[in-house]
Amino acid sequence: MVEVSLSAFAFLFSELVQYNQTQVDNIAELERRLEDAGYAVGARVLELFCHREKGNRRETRLLGILSFVHTTVWKVLFGKVADSLEKGTEHEDEYMISEKELLVNRFISIPKDMGTFNCGAFVAGIVRGVLDNAGFPSVVTAHFVPMEGQQRPRTTILIKFADEVSHMMSLLNIY
Amino acid sequence: MATVYNLFIINKSGGLIFYKDYGSAERMDTNDSLRLASLWHSMHAISQQLSPTIGCFGIELLQADNFDLHCFQSLTGTKFFVVCEPGAQHMEGLLKVIYELYTDFVLKNPFYEMEMPIRCELFDLHLSQAVQKERVFILGR
Repeated sequence: MVEVSLSAFAFLFSELVQYNQTQVDNIAELERRLEDAGYAVGARVLELFCHREKGNRRETRLLGILSFVHTTVWKVLFGKVADSLEKGTEHEDEYMISEKELLVNRFISIPKDMGTFNCGAFVAGIVRGVLDNAGFPSVVTAHFVPMEGQQRPRTTILIKFADEVSHMMSLLNIY
Repeated sequence: MATVYNLFIINKSGGLIFYKDYGSAERMDTNDSLRLASLWHSMHAISQQLSPTIGCFGIELLQADNFDLHCFQSLTGTKFFVVCEPGAQHMEGLLKVIYELYTDFVLKNPFYEMEMPIRCELFDLHLSQAVQKERVFILGR
């Protein structure tokens, strides 16, 4: 596993955000662009890590792929496993990966006038890239969740699987 | 016991980009702080020319009856200076720490425009922690 300078990555990521800001008119588009950039990374990451870390074993189960993202992908990309993986209480096919602070957001302070914008959209894109190419299409978004007694909000990556996924899972009767 | 009275950060053209008051006797209004910053910038530049020694980069320490002023200039011309009580120790170290916080939480922030006033939440947060730690350190000795 190769380690990269955090500062070098932070500057590169900062430039990525700044460049995309010049190309868009509004915040929603900026978020979409960051997500698309992450999607490209996710697709490649899936192939590489499946081969390198998992010995070419392909995940066919929902929990399997989620655990792959939460553990292996996080460990190799960010140096540690994600803080938590939870199943959503409101909807059947919603899962959440939470982190106290995403690595990509470590040096970034969002200005007040940008509302709920989160540069973690890049990471959401990576997760979507991995899941999509593994055969589990989904919609993935990054949110700030304010915590009681904490100055900084945590970040939650919300994964909402497409209908065909739950349909397929119930047909195969596996989860 | 506020060893640090206030902190100024000025950009390479002498404009004030950050000012924080930690308990000086009188609160300065914005115009006064801007004026002080450009005054210091000019004095710093003039002292470089006036210095009898070669290779001088400008004033690093100004000692007066009621206060000390420590100044740190980065290689890019950004100046960080603190006004503190006379005889305060470790101000050089504090300025270096503040410089590191600046490079981390201001320069790596994609929403910060160079040479503009600093409005970064993370910078403010870590700065108050650093000054607080400095205060505790002094009291503890």
